[in-house]
Amino acid sequence: MPILRPCLILFAVLTLLTGVLYPLLITGVAQAAFPDQANGSLLRDGERIVGSRLIGQAGGDPGLFWPRPSAVKWDAAGSGGANLAPVTDPQRTTWADQAKALRASGAAGTLPADLVTASGSGLDPHLSPAALRAQVPRVAAARGLPAARLAALIAAHTQGPQLGLLGATRVNVLELNRDLATMTSGGR
Amino acid sequence: MNLSDWWQMVLFLALLLVAAVPLGWWCHRLLDGRLTLPGERHLLRLAGIDPAQGCGWQRYAGAVVLFNACGFAVLLGLLMLQGVLPGNPQGLPGLSWHLAFNTAVSFTTNTNWQSYGGESTMSYLSQALGLTVQNFLSAATGIAVMAAVARGFARQGTTDLGNPWVDLTRIVVGLLLPLSAVFAVVLVWQGVPQTWGAYPLAHPLAGGEQTIAVGPAAAQIAIKQLGTNGGAFFNANSAHPFENPTPLTNLLQCLAILAIPAGLCLAWGRLVADRRHGRALLWAMTGLLVAGLLAAWWSETRPVAGLAAIGADPVNLEGKEVRFGIGPSVTWLVATTAASNGSVNAMHASMQPLTTLVGLAFMQIGEVVFGGVGCGIYGMLLYVLVTVFVAGLMVGRTPELLGKRIEAREMKLTAVALLAPSAVILLGTWLAISCESGRGSIANPGASGFSEVLYALSSAAGNNGSAMAGLNANTPFWNLLLACSMLVGRFAVLVPVLALAGGLAAKPRQETNAGTLPTHGPLFIGLLATVVVLVGALTFLPALVLGPVAAHGALP
Repeated sequence: MPILRPCLILFAVLTLLTGVLYPLLITGVAQAAFPDQANGSLLRDGERIVGSRLIGQAGGDPGLFWPRPSAVKWDAAGSGGANLAPVTDPQRTTWADQAKALRASGAAGTLPADLVTASGSGLDPHLSPAALRAQVPRVAAARGLPAARLAALIAAHTQGPQLGLLGATRVNVLELNRDLATMTSGGR
Repeated sequence: MNLSDWWQMVLFLALLLVAAVPLGWWCHRLLDGRLTLPGERHLLRLAGIDPAQGCGWQRYAGAVVLFNACGFAVLLGLLMLQGVLPGNPQGLPGLSWHLAFNTAVSFTTNTNWQSYGGESTMSYLSQALGLTVQNFLSAATGIAVMAAVARGFARQGTTDLGNPWVDLTRIVVGLLLPLSAVFAVVLVWQGVPQTWGAYPLAHPLAGGEQTIAVGPAAAQIAIKQLGTNGGAFFNANSAHPFENPTPLTNLLQCLAILAIPAGLCLAWGRLVADRRHGRALLWAMTGLLVAGLLAAWWSETRPVAGLAAIGADPVNLEGKEVRFGIGPSVTWLVATTAASNGSVNAMHASMQPLTTLVGLAFMQIGEVVFGGVGCGIYGMLLYVLVTVFVAGLMVGRTPELLGKRIEAREMKLTAVALLAPSAVILLGTWLAISCESGRGSIANPGASGFSEVLYALSSAAGNNGSAMAGLNANTPFWNLLLACSMLVGRFAVLVPVLALAGGLAAKPRQETNAGTLPTHGPLFIGLLATVVVLVGALTFLPALVLGPVAAHGALP
């Protein structure tokens, strides 16, 4: 039984099948059936891309809800986590610094864990409802909006577990902020 | 206690066991030689292959090694030259020789260790034509070898272990490609990108700019999970919202990691004509998986002192995604280290020390709890051989397995295949912590830093690919050390196991009698699980005490 010819020909054919035809076929189906998702679930204002529904953005503006800390500073072309062990001093210092910044911005009471810890991707688009409620006093003051309206906005954006069972209750921060930006102190 | 975590874990296990049944049936149909796929004859004739002609273990091993060497050479060239090749809209440069070498070894050995971040390193061409291809072919290699080993038990008075080319073709075309195609479309539906366009530039609400990496990700992610490869498209692996956008994709991907390995237990039982034995393996693996899952869940839900001290809710969400939470993150850690997958949906470096110990233990026993596609079964076979050997010693008679007498040659080969990866893990860890080039890459202080090193070597030698990712592995020292570990972990198991099967094929298959240890039923399952735990503990307990156990002991 010869060995080299079967090896080379089979390798070439299977490479063509799995490395060329398969990805092209999936691209064709994806772009035809789900063009929005296939291109990155982008959100636009007119022609301008605001971001992706699935990718978190940096905070900083006191009039917007802030996301979780990000070990990669929200670099969506270079994802990653902090990779510090939870029992070590570097990790504890990072957490303590973040807690101090949150306290300085007016967060009171027990700090929700997702607001202190960095995500694994550095691009987590979500927060728990509690982590958003902790920011309501700051956002309300910065925008001159009543806290009750912000609480209602958070409630309206809250997604329960998928199919009623899977994953955690969460809010997409970018979508929330997009709606927040259109709110004015006038309309009740 | 979080009820939702429990529900999700129970649902996961139930779906896994249900999925194993049809997959096991189909894998057996593909591999027992009675089925011919459409177009298969033309393809084989083109390659000059006579499907009826089988070969002995040496030729089978030679064919598999040559096929993988071929893949390695092409991938190495592709990675080093990607800067001048098309399919590279971001203009990413070619990889350094040591990173390309490590990556090519990594993907051809089904390890998928990544010393790089995908979105900042790999062109679309490299991802699709290089890495995706090896995701298929390395997975098919594992299953093909498993089929050959099964024939060693099922046949008698022959040297023929089957035709490697027919096995590889049928596994790729009849199993992996169709499953991946369906799965990839489901992933796109949930939000995974599949485009060849350049990275779009966004203008965030709070000002500044954000370049958003996209790409032909869904096609690669589907086979990454189904083939127990685990190599990510994006650096953050399945924690990345594009790689694993919703809790539903998380459940499906977690199932995809273990489904084929679980199905192969049943296929193995059918192939060796002892379905009860296949089911016994499945239950032994499920038992060990549940034990690991409970231990990891318990550890990870302990309050974190560092968070409590600053007035925060002491839940360890560091390195985890809000959409998943603790339960699905822990389930994934257990699944990915039990199988030789290695993808992560939460950062293992940020897990509690004893949680990382569960992952380390699963990798160090050789990934035999379901394990990699194919290699999980032939890895577990080694422990089955030790079990019947030990039982044989207890009653003073020659052990048998599936009607074959297990003698000196079999046990020597078993010892080589069990000890080679373990030796690489322990000696490699010693080498890395005893020289400056090794220590210089460690990120965390103290025992956690030692765990990083032990984890990297365990992951490489076990062909897993996950990491405690603080470790900066993209240095010549680490890239070469880990590449060598991956090669030993793959081929120093694969070749001895094939040799073992070759010898068994010649032996007659004997009738069982009253003195034969039944290789099914609760007694056997219990013995097997005990042997797995004991061999692992005897080999690795001292190293584990220096790493995660010491880090846990330092907890206030």
